[in-house]
Amino acid sequence: MLAFLIQRVLQAIFVMLVVALIAFSLFHYVGDPVLNMVGQEATEADRAELRARLGLDQPVPVQFFQFIANAAQFEFGISYRSARPVTDLIVERLPATLELAIISAIFAVVMGIVLGIYTALNRGNWLSNFIMTASLIGVSLPTFLIGVLLIYVFAVELGWLPAFGRGETVRLGDWWTTGLLTTSGLRSLILPAITLGLFQLTLIMRLVRAEMLEVLRADYIKFARARGLSKRVVNLRHALKNTLIPVITIIGLQLGTIIAFAIITETVFQWPGVGALFITAVRFVDIPVMAAYLMMIALVFVVINLIVDLLYYAVDPRLRVQGGAK
Amino acid sequence: MTFNKTLLATAVIGALLASTAHAETLRWTRSADSLTMDPHSQNEGPTHSVNHQIFDTLLYQDMDVEYQPGLATDWYVHEDDPSVWVFEIREGVTFHEGQALTADDVVFSLNRARHEHADMRGLLTSIVEVRAADDFTVEVVTDGPNPLLPNNLTNLFIMSREWAEEHGVEDPQNYAAGEETHAVRNANGTGPFRVESREPDVRTVFVRNDDYWGIDHYPMEISELIFTPIESASTRVAALLSGEVDLLQESPVQDIERLAQADGIKNEQGAENRTIFLGMRMDLEVLDSADVDSNPFADRRVREAINLAVDATTIQRSVMRGNSEPAGMIAPPFVNGYSEEMDEVLPADVERAQELMSEAGYGDGFRVTLNCSNDRYVNDEQICQAVVSMLARIGITVDLVAQTRSLHFAEMAREEYDFYLLGWGVPTMDSEYVFNYLYHTKEEDRGSWNFTGYSDERVDELTVSMGQEVDEEARNEMIAEAWQIVHDETLYIPIHHQMLTWSMRDDIDFQVQSENTPHFKYLRFNN
Repeated sequence: MLAFLIQRVLQAIFVMLVVALIAFSLFHYVGDPVLNMVGQEATEADRAELRARLGLDQPVPVQFFQFIANAAQFEFGISYRSARPVTDLIVERLPATLELAIISAIFAVVMGIVLGIYTALNRGNWLSNFIMTASLIGVSLPTFLIGVLLIYVFAVELGWLPAFGRGETVRLGDWWTTGLLTTSGLRSLILPAITLGLFQLTLIMRLVRAEMLEVLRADYIKFARARGLSKRVVNLRHALKNTLIPVITIIGLQLGTIIAFAIITETVFQWPGVGALFITAVRFVDIPVMAAYLMMIALVFVVINLIVDLLYYAVDPRLRVQGGAK
Repeated sequence: MTFNKTLLATAVIGALLASTAHAETLRWTRSADSLTMDPHSQNEGPTHSVNHQIFDTLLYQDMDVEYQPGLATDWYVHEDDPSVWVFEIREGVTFHEGQALTADDVVFSLNRARHEHADMRGLLTSIVEVRAADDFTVEVVTDGPNPLLPNNLTNLFIMSREWAEEHGVEDPQNYAAGEETHAVRNANGTGPFRVESREPDVRTVFVRNDDYWGIDHYPMEISELIFTPIESASTRVAALLSGEVDLLQESPVQDIERLAQADGIKNEQGAENRTIFLGMRMDLEVLDSADVDSNPFADRRVREAINLAVDATTIQRSVMRGNSEPAGMIAPPFVNGYSEEMDEVLPADVERAQELMSEAGYGDGFRVTLNCSNDRYVNDEQICQAVVSMLARIGITVDLVAQTRSLHFAEMAREEYDFYLLGWGVPTMDSEYVFNYLYHTKEEDRGSWNFTGYSDERVDELTVSMGQEVDEEARNEMIAEAWQIVHDETLYIPIHHQMLTWSMRDDIDFQVQSENTPHFKYLRFNN
């Protein structure tokens, strides 16, 4: 077990280093931050002087090792754009992204499973057909377009929900801010959560439906029916349970994706999360913020994968036998 | 019963009083937030816009871009020494936190803005010394007569020395220090509004400063000002249409028509202080991106042919949907030295352009790369696409490279471009600024945005002396002469002056300011 764990952690560290290297080499293609940091009256000498103060005149390997050394201590420096510590910026923005991601994940999972079961059990009726057709839209429309459409319908035309922002927030503890406790916060959450969760919803729904149809054809379901168990018990206890195993794996993997892909939804809705922070940073060539964000997302994926691996290890006895034999 | 009536009457009077005091909230949006509250560390538009609500400057440009007294009641050149500007400081002004304003605060602020970490120092390079002659008189010594010094002070905000010392922010933020200073998120100005709360990039709430020195001079009808930047253009427009914001500062060109038709919303338009033009590299022997063994741009006839082929009127109509003013010179009408004659746009003449190309020996045309930004100016990429097809008519095959601003300007600064798009504003409202940066030979501290390789002794000479000549008539003659020289050379291909559109609730009485800096103390509500 320990050997397995160490091996996986070393792999994770290696992945993080590779991400850091790739991210770092990309920064040389996004432009020159110094030009954004000084006004048009600045002379070439002024720019060179600022570049030197930021250490941007150092050779790339030196800059990279400096960056790794700092990142290892969670020290990402100061934002070129807002002159504030990057760690503060990210910590300040993280609650907004996590709340949005979690709410939209819950929305996607609950609605996905319910609709998946419904369409599987009521194959061919008009409502199922309608849901299945509508789900194609969720899969094929790009997120920003869904967001713009929702804003147009529910904010501009109907005036029911806000078009942007997070509404009023309440501070919980030292650093967490939540929009879940105010009416305006909840109202603001609806459209972005739907936008972000729609793709996952359709994915989960189609998966549940397919798995459910597969399971319903299995022998033990036929036996259960033959035994005279109620339809409810057969469908929701015996069939659903077996349907959910692959679904749970997918959900776990998709959670990372939701956090990472919140970028677009956050930009459309001016949602003050880390994704919007990243986009603004890219426009400004705010290297410290971009670096910290990419490392954070890489860390999320690495941790999720590590947990999944460990769960497999716990679930699958064959892995343990192999490990023990070595 | 009587008691109730009295109560009612009191309530009514109370309500009336409240409405005359205008308890009005204005929700304002634009694409970008201010970068920092520190007034001297950044020289950037949105940052100045926010700071103008909180701080005052010695003088400022009002909604008609006319110079108006701010914290200085008067300013003039010292009668004994032409290198000294005297500013008389307004008396009885207090900062939001109660400190009284004196000449010492002004001296402190100007020196702080000259610090090596302050981006604002680029505007103050001519200053040698700033001193207080007495409690309410400041003298600024320059390295020679500088008629334009006051023009450079319109975004130079005055801080309190006492406050800065108390919070350890005597110097502007140093990015390399890796720490945030108190001044980045806190501000103590003398301006019409004070900051009540601020979440960077999310929301800033300002409340009216009822002790403002100008409370009786300006309408000051807004009691609470809420600023929420919205980056996405369509969301910004949706927020105004749905009534979640009241004033939208940068209306996207593609939505202007729709906003004009929406109920309860109006557009205000005006010329922006920015001219869009094309530049050509003329000093190289051979162009890097061209397919000929020479530099076609070095020939004035080729530049003239390009000028005749690029049809600014068509660009105005089809690319800008009418929201631009075709230009003949790189200075908008309100800048000193502007001449209608030179701003006149030549009608496109493809035949004459082809003739000129043949005369110059490029009858078969040539191939060249045009570099453009795609997120800096209004419809910048589309402008360049139009130029590509217009130049194809005179045989010039243009390869278009359009990229994000941070790449575009970085490559431009490295002098990698043969043919490029640039926009230029004139913050000092005087032609000297244009010559200094765009036409003067590229040197250590002048001509820093002249990527054409153009160098002319007479123009250099005129540029330097127009920055020193105090006699207005003589100065204006120099400016006119310099414009004539560069106009005859067809150095740049001017396309248009950009227009600004601000959209707002139709009961708001507010006009566009050409510097794109709203002064909300002027805003009125019509109700």
